[in-house]
Amino acid sequence: MAVKKTDLAVSIGDWKLKNPIMTASGTFGYGEEFADYLDVDSLGAIVVKGISLLPRTGNPPPRVVETSCGMLNAIGLENVGLERFISEKIPIFEKYKTGVVANILGDSIDDYCRLAERLSDTSITAIEVNISCPNVKKGGVAFGTDPKMAYDITRAVRKKCSKPLIIKLTPNVTDITAIALAAEEGGADAVSLINTLLGMAIDIKSRRPKLANVVGGLSGPAIKPIALRMVWQVCNKVTIPVIGIGGISRVEDVLEFLLAGATAVQIGTANLVDPNVAGELVVKLTAYLQENKIENIGQLIGSLEV
Amino acid sequence: MTVDNEKQIRAVGEIKDIRCCSRDIFEIVIAQSSISRNAQPGQFVMVKTAVDKSDDPLLRRPLSIHQVQHGVISLLFKVVGRGTKLLASFKQGDYVDILGPLGKGFAVEQQTTHFLIGGGMGIAPLLFLAETIRLERPAEKIVILLGARSREELVAVDGFFAINGVEVKIATDDGSTGHHGLVTELLPGDAVGAVYCCGPWPMMKAVAGLCRKQEMECQVSIETMMACGMGACLGCAVQGVDFIENGYLHVCKDGPVFEARKIWL
Repeated sequence: MAVKKTDLAVSIGDWKLKNPIMTASGTFGYGEEFADYLDVDSLGAIVVKGISLLPRTGNPPPRVVETSCGMLNAIGLENVGLERFISEKIPIFEKYKTGVVANILGDSIDDYCRLAERLSDTSITAIEVNISCPNVKKGGVAFGTDPKMAYDITRAVRKKCSKPLIIKLTPNVTDITAIALAAEEGGADAVSLINTLLGMAIDIKSRRPKLANVVGGLSGPAIKPIALRMVWQVCNKVTIPVIGIGGISRVEDVLEFLLAGATAVQIGTANLVDPNVAGELVVKLTAYLQENKIENIGQLIGSLEV
Repeated sequence: MTVDNEKQIRAVGEIKDIRCCSRDIFEIVIAQSSISRNAQPGQFVMVKTAVDKSDDPLLRRPLSIHQVQHGVISLLFKVVGRGTKLLASFKQGDYVDILGPLGKGFAVEQQTTHFLIGGGMGIAPLLFLAETIRLERPAEKIVILLGARSREELVAVDGFFAINGVEVKIATDDGSTGHHGLVTELLPGDAVGAVYCCGPWPMMKAVAGLCRKQEMECQVSIETMMACGMGACLGCAVQGVDFIENGYLHVCKDGPVFEARKIWL
């Protein structure tokens, strides 16, 4: 019996991904850390650790704490800086046969523009703009909580960025759809959401916060319902592709986000627990489509009936 | 100088044995041929403690490899929270999901005498190290100094006594067995050789201080909060002596074993 080929490919602007499974920034290193556990090339794309113009040492420890079905982190955007990223990491990426997304962060619109401009001259596939990190005072989150600023930064970066441009949104706002619309209007090719939710944990014995940074970003299965709700809300408002992020670890989670309207998803905290999970999800998603005789993944995307 | 790790894997291993050594300290023996073959002393594994694919506890627990024998690894752990409590409830014949071997382990120094100093649960990686040194350097002297709060908390020492020709000395805080006092007091003031240490932070600090004074090479194994264990999350940051120039070190990748002079200020 002839089996029709299952098509998992999705598009973000002109960029075609072989499947919708991506990894989330800050949970997949530079990809090489995971090479023993999965075939990086089998993924739709990887988003690598966030990069700033200059190296950052990040926050003092303790930086992570486990919570119920989740974790809090306050890494503080520790990274090697743009120059070492270009000289040391990009050569590694060039060996991958999948898209590599650089996640950029800065303290000013000018920082973001310089990062986007430099990276547009490299072999990086796409750029994700982090205007949503909760863990540093100038982590760009200011840009992500005000629609006007989100519009301004998207517009400015767009002018310098010749690659597909993704704006990563924070959930720590009253109305995430307003920020998403601002990013769309500013010229983004896609929005990705959600970044972590600002949270906190206290050690009652020492009466001190469990994180040296006092507060940190909550991630993991605990945040999935919130992420899904926000993705659904944003999908109802914008016309550009939406990339769903937040507590995805099972194929059922992927399907929920696709049904809600996400064009692709990013796997985050689950990578830290099961380093081969993203690869497994590609296999399981393919199997799901075949078993359910769905020829094209587009048939699933946004097919939620309310 | 520490040893780079071999290929890491995620695998499911059958529990061959699990036993309570003392009150809240357990030894678990897991069949896993690849990890047992590739592991170096001082390396660790990340163990999933959640049962039935539960999301809680979410993160794996880092546990150092206590012993390696013909296709099995054994881990020694103390019940300190939800994860380790769940792990203690596993039964023989159950399967456990592990990643490993991870991190940089101990490097056996070019010395003819090796002092292995362990405090509390810090003895966990030292048995594997002692057996490895004995195997690779049959003629060299191994001195094992173990400290605990009391006789009751002194567990898994039989393994050390079973190694051919090692000298084992014990200290307890309450004097219930061995030397009444600190394990650091067992290190002779005129000792010459290499030191490998794992234990509570103050103990490792004291040992590193003694080694500096006596000009002995000292390696320490560090424990921290850890999420991934493989260098992705950067959660397990620790300051090295070159912090200002080079930023944080990460216990899971740069360690857990470090040369003491590179991290002690």
